[in-house]
Amino acid sequence: MASVAIGDVYKSFGTVEVLHGVSVNINDGEFVTLVGPSGCGKSTLLRMIAGLEKISRGQIAIGERVVNNVAPKERDVAMVFQNYALYPHMTVAENMAFSLMLKGVSKAESDAGVQRAAEILGLLPLLTRYPRQLSGGQRQRVAMGRAIVRDPQVFLFDEPLSNLDAKLRVQMRAEIKELHQRLKTTTVYVTHDQIEAMTMADKIVVMHDGIVEQIGPPLELYDRPNNLFVASFIGSPAMNLIKGEIGTDGSPSFRGSGGISLPLAAAPAVANAHPVVLGIRPEHLRLSPDQGIPVTVVVVEPTGSEIQVIGRTAGGDEIVANFRERHSFTPGETIRLAAEPGLIHLFDGKTGTRFETRTGW
Amino acid sequence: MAVSSVAAQPRPSLLSRLSESRNALGFGFMLPAAVLLLVFLTYPLGLGVWLGFTDARIGRSGIFIGIENYQYLWNDSVFWLSVFNTLLYTISASILKFALGLWLALILNENLPFKSFFRAVVLLPWVVPTVLSAIAFWWIYDSQFSILSWALQQMGLIDHRINFLGDPTNARASVIAANVWRGIPFVAITLLAGLQTIPQSLYEAATLDGATRWQLFRYVTLPLLTPIIAITMTFSVLFTFTDFQLIYVLTRGGPVNATHLMATLSFQRGISGGQLGEGAAIAVAMIPFLLAAILFSYFGLQRRKWQQGGRD
Repeated sequence: MASVAIGDVYKSFGTVEVLHGVSVNINDGEFVTLVGPSGCGKSTLLRMIAGLEKISRGQIAIGERVVNNVAPKERDVAMVFQNYALYPHMTVAENMAFSLMLKGVSKAESDAGVQRAAEILGLLPLLTRYPRQLSGGQRQRVAMGRAIVRDPQVFLFDEPLSNLDAKLRVQMRAEIKELHQRLKTTTVYVTHDQIEAMTMADKIVVMHDGIVEQIGPPLELYDRPNNLFVASFIGSPAMNLIKGEIGTDGSPSFRGSGGISLPLAAAPAVANAHPVVLGIRPEHLRLSPDQGIPVTVVVVEPTGSEIQVIGRTAGGDEIVANFRERHSFTPGETIRLAAEPGLIHLFDGKTGTRFETRTGW
Repeated sequence: MAVSSVAAQPRPSLLSRLSESRNALGFGFMLPAAVLLLVFLTYPLGLGVWLGFTDARIGRSGIFIGIENYQYLWNDSVFWLSVFNTLLYTISASILKFALGLWLALILNENLPFKSFFRAVVLLPWVVPTVLSAIAFWWIYDSQFSILSWALQQMGLIDHRINFLGDPTNARASVIAANVWRGIPFVAITLLAGLQTIPQSLYEAATLDGATRWQLFRYVTLPLLTPIIAITMTFSVLFTFTDFQLIYVLTRGGPVNATHLMATLSFQRGISGGQLGEGAAIAVAMIPFLLAAILFSYFGLQRRKWQQGGRD
């Protein structure tokens, strides 16, 4: 096991720069997810750790060793690919034993390694099958088995669950997490699915357009997003974001379109009428008889455990609210939604960065 | 009510009933292809086999003489020489075409500059009509004006011109070289197509697993390419075994029958010599060899276990 240090890494394909200086420190034994929309450079970064892509600038170290010029096979990393990349002409056992065979490990030792990994992943009855004869979930498990057998310093996962159906994805998610808790191998996991990132990671790296937007434990990212991108990307349903401006004349307030006005306990240090974006998570909204934002109910979606209400303000902003309690709403009805105090986020409308004014609420 | 209205409907016409019948439609759609195959494949083949059992000559229909033609060929040293030549020609040319074609395909599969240009260039020998390239080779191998002899002389490697087509060994090597030149593009381009179906991620996975370049080839490329190799080489062997044009233009079977293939001998005896029956018998004698090649490839081509889907 080893730590991974990514220091100010750049990557260009020809004249196109796709990573613009990324720095991430991954501690020994940590489970880190790189998450972001497609094209943000997260897979490229992972492939650079693996050695499948050259590093244009900056450096990557695995453990104490800088690996910029170290061949992939010398890096002692194992990767699970999105399409599994199982060798179709080899049985499950042969697939798993391939790296050991190349290393020149004795047959007995390699068999024992395969057996151990197969036991961990429940692959014992499938060892003589060919990949074609396996279901998606089983193939996924074989791909992980191939990685485990090598007992590498670092596991790399490149969107390993995106080819599975929703139910299997949830199941495999838990399996991978359990596996990590058991093996404690440093893991870098790439996904575009923020739920996967939230549920599995010790630490999340949110990437966007080739830069790191924020790094932190899942709940920190959820509770204190650094900027509008992280705020809108993390969380499902997404955070409600309402554009407006700061009113510092008189008592500080937020003024949104359509005559919304919310009092603020303290305003950030900006001029009057500075554009801001107000963020409230759907579950932090509550029904209020007289205060808060008046919203016209558009759609009501009961899921059993909660009720999701999609409404529209007078200014045309869409607002989603989640209620654990059962309410009955009818579309067209006007309700008032108030935010839990202390759970409102305020972002600069010009730069998108967060105003640290929370203590004042 | 409903029943009576159905019964009152008029009986559909024969044509519309035919167009409703799956069997009639299937037969109808198959007919054109079947007619083509019968007229242009089955009939000539049957005629050839029949002629082999007759003493037909050009201008004389001939009578059935049983296996007399084959008895004659059995004791004919020239026929056996042509069989030997054909096997030598086919086996050595096929091996060379496979080795060089695979090598070329592997090179073309790399990320070369001007990749598509080189791929197009590689196809050229295949695109040129065989007779034209054979004539070009005829000049290259000319005993007086050979550019090869000239070039080697200029470089000081030889002191007299090489008699490419006049010496039996040289002639065999020369026609094989010409055939290899012509056949490589087919092998290279087909194998290249096969190479491109191998997912890049398999190579990446194997690289991370610690494979060297040779091991990538040995454990990933080669096994995944085997099905394509089997198809390609079957066709290549069939084309080579039945080759006629190159030999006919370059040597006409000479010198002293050293390059006579079964196909050229059959033509020489049957058409030039007028002995249709004997020529046909030689052609029919090729069938067992071709069948053997097809059977070989049939077993080679059988889907390997790993290619089969579903449960075992």
